Amino acid sequence: MAQGGEGRPAFRQKSAEIAVAALFFLLGAIVIYDSLRVGIRWEEVHGPQGGYFPFYVGLIICVSSAINALTALMVPADRSKTFVQVGQLKLVLTVLVPTALYVIAVTWIGIYVSSALFIGFFMRWLGKYPWWKAGAVGLGAVVVFYLIFEVWFLVPLPKGPLESLLGLD
Amino acid sequence: MDEIQSLMHGFGVAMTPTNLVLMFTGVILGVIIGVLPGLGGANGVAILLPLTFGMAQTPGGATSAIILLSCIYWGALFGGAITSILFNIPGEPWSVATTFDGYPLAQQGRAGNALTAAFTSSFIGAFIAVIVITFLSPVIAGFALEFGPPEFFAVYLLTFCAFIGTSKEPPFKTLAAMMLGFALAAVGTDPVTGTLRMTFGARHLLTGFDFLIAVIGLFGIGEILLTLEEGLAFRGAKAKLNLRVVLETWKELPRYWLTSLRSSAVGCFMGIVPGGATPASFMSYGVARRFSRDGDKFGSGMVEGVVAPETAAHAAGTSALLPMITLGVPGSPTAAVLLGGLMIWGLQPGPLLFIEQKDFVWGLIASMYLGNIAGLIVVLTCVPLFAAILRVPFSVIAPIIMVVCAIGAYTVHNSIFDVWMMVVFGVAGYLFKKLQYPLAPLVLAIVLGDAAEASFRQAMLISQGDMSIFFSKKLVGLMTTLALLLLFWPLISWLFGKLRSRARA
Repeated sequence: MAQGGEGRPAFRQKSAEIAVAALFFLLGAIVIYDSLRVGIRWEEVHGPQGGYFPFYVGLIICVSSAINALTALMVPADRSKTFVQVGQLKLVLTVLVPTALYVIAVTWIGIYVSSALFIGFFMRWLGKYPWWKAGAVGLGAVVVFYLIFEVWFLVPLPKGPLESLLGLD
Repeated sequence: MDEIQSLMHGFGVAMTPTNLVLMFTGVILGVIIGVLPGLGGANGVAILLPLTFGMAQTPGGATSAIILLSCIYWGALFGGAITSILFNIPGEPWSVATTFDGYPLAQQGRAGNALTAAFTSSFIGAFIAVIVITFLSPVIAGFALEFGPPEFFAVYLLTFCAFIGTSKEPPFKTLAAMMLGFALAAVGTDPVTGTLRMTFGARHLLTGFDFLIAVIGLFGIGEILLTLEEGLAFRGAKAKLNLRVVLETWKELPRYWLTSLRSSAVGCFMGIVPGGATPASFMSYGVARRFSRDGDKFGSGMVEGVVAPETAAHAAGTSALLPMITLGVPGSPTAAVLLGGLMIWGLQPGPLLFIEQKDFVWGLIASMYLGNIAGLIVVLTCVPLFAAILRVPFSVIAPIIMVVCAIGAYTVHNSIFDVWMMVVFGVAGYLFKKLQYPLAPLVLAIVLGDAAEASFRQAMLISQGDMSIFFSKKLVGLMTTLALLLLFWPLISWLFGKLRSRARA
């Protein structure tokens, strides 16, 4: 980081407000679109069609998000606060990206192995713990989870090749 | 006194050895959940809910299951105060107001007094709320037996309009968040006609969005991301809680009886009308400051400033269960999760519960008395232990909580897709919190969306599309009018403000 560094704003409050309002508007539009497909009119016997209620829900979403966006637009640019700083955003992403990888990993190698790796990685990366400590906590936590869920409450969790190798399936 | 008799019967149901063990387990788990960042009442209960599926199948098991889960809730309510006072970090949103005077007290070396005051007043607030529940809920349930679809829709309308009228967030953001909840609830099969809505051919969406996943993501993952951003370094005051400090504080507390009473009233009201524990605690802090003789010293470490928000938060948190068991309309996100639990266990929440499931209802109410006593004992004796949890570095706690959330999300339907949805909801929760979109109405709308829509459509069928049915009878008209008043409250108070400033000019 050359200037300003980690404290530099990554996004302004204003842009974040508008982005989220736009997202809301989009969702509202999707709801309206689909409600129109299902039908929003009155039908004999059944009463209102399936889209009747969601249609108005979508409409309210669109209107209120438009108002939210306009409110945000009216804030002068120089008074817009920082939404998130570069350093903060980096921290959040260093958690979010491994979390996404973690969920992908769960699909392939099961929840136990990936959880141990995730906890270990997190401690090593953010906590700067020595490898053996990170590994021990990761492994310990996973064993506790196994005992609580599979043994005590009989709730099966996704498993992968390692578990079938160990015959725990 | 039918209620007393039913309550005694309830004590009989609740006081089995198994249930007492579950009570203490629940409270201890709850306090831990309340202390940890990223885990709170709502998502803590949501994560543990799947574990009770098996338990609830056994005879009497549903009562045990609700006792376990509601005690987790009480524990979480207690736990929030610990972090507020010792670390100046509210573990739960409703304990933010507790930090105002609690943390200064701790800095002056009076952490023990602050904690004792917080726990005791929490207990009193909850106790008064349980008494209200005991005597009011049979009455409300009796009323509600006569309710038809228009009345139920009016109740839902009142619930959601109350959010707009009482929340501190901008009204249009509250509205947007709430309607997003309704939209999510509508995804899947239309309960009346059976047509598919908003699934866009995706197999996973056939059954719609599960609010448990939303709760775990919004409150759990979102909270972790927020906490992380603040770069948490826990530096807390030492907690010493011995009998002498407890007794010393107890001697001081009766002085604040009026504050307690007032805060309980505020709390009960805000809990039943779903304002929730958080605004109740702020409101009661404000009221106490205005009426107290030492009002100007508030914020510098007054015991009274701890009593007021804690009493109100617990009164609100507890009385939020009243509309849940009598009407099937939860007053808070955690109550919503408990309601979801009831439905999963095969119980239909609402007035009929008081007729068909007497054991369950009165067992639950009796367990509220017992659970709060258990809670008080646990927190008074184990504070140092719970405070020690907070000294575990965040880089260890955070991934473990994330994994727990992921497991919790998975176990709801044994589906990885839900874990993905949890992550998406987590990011949404992070953004919403930062931009002041309230999460509680969003969650409540996901839970109640289908029921609200069904009652609306049934009412429309009865009246053949005539909206005046919502004003057709006295009660329904009153509720609808009140709802509309609350809905337009932000506008009304804005207009009043304008008029007043013009009059002044």
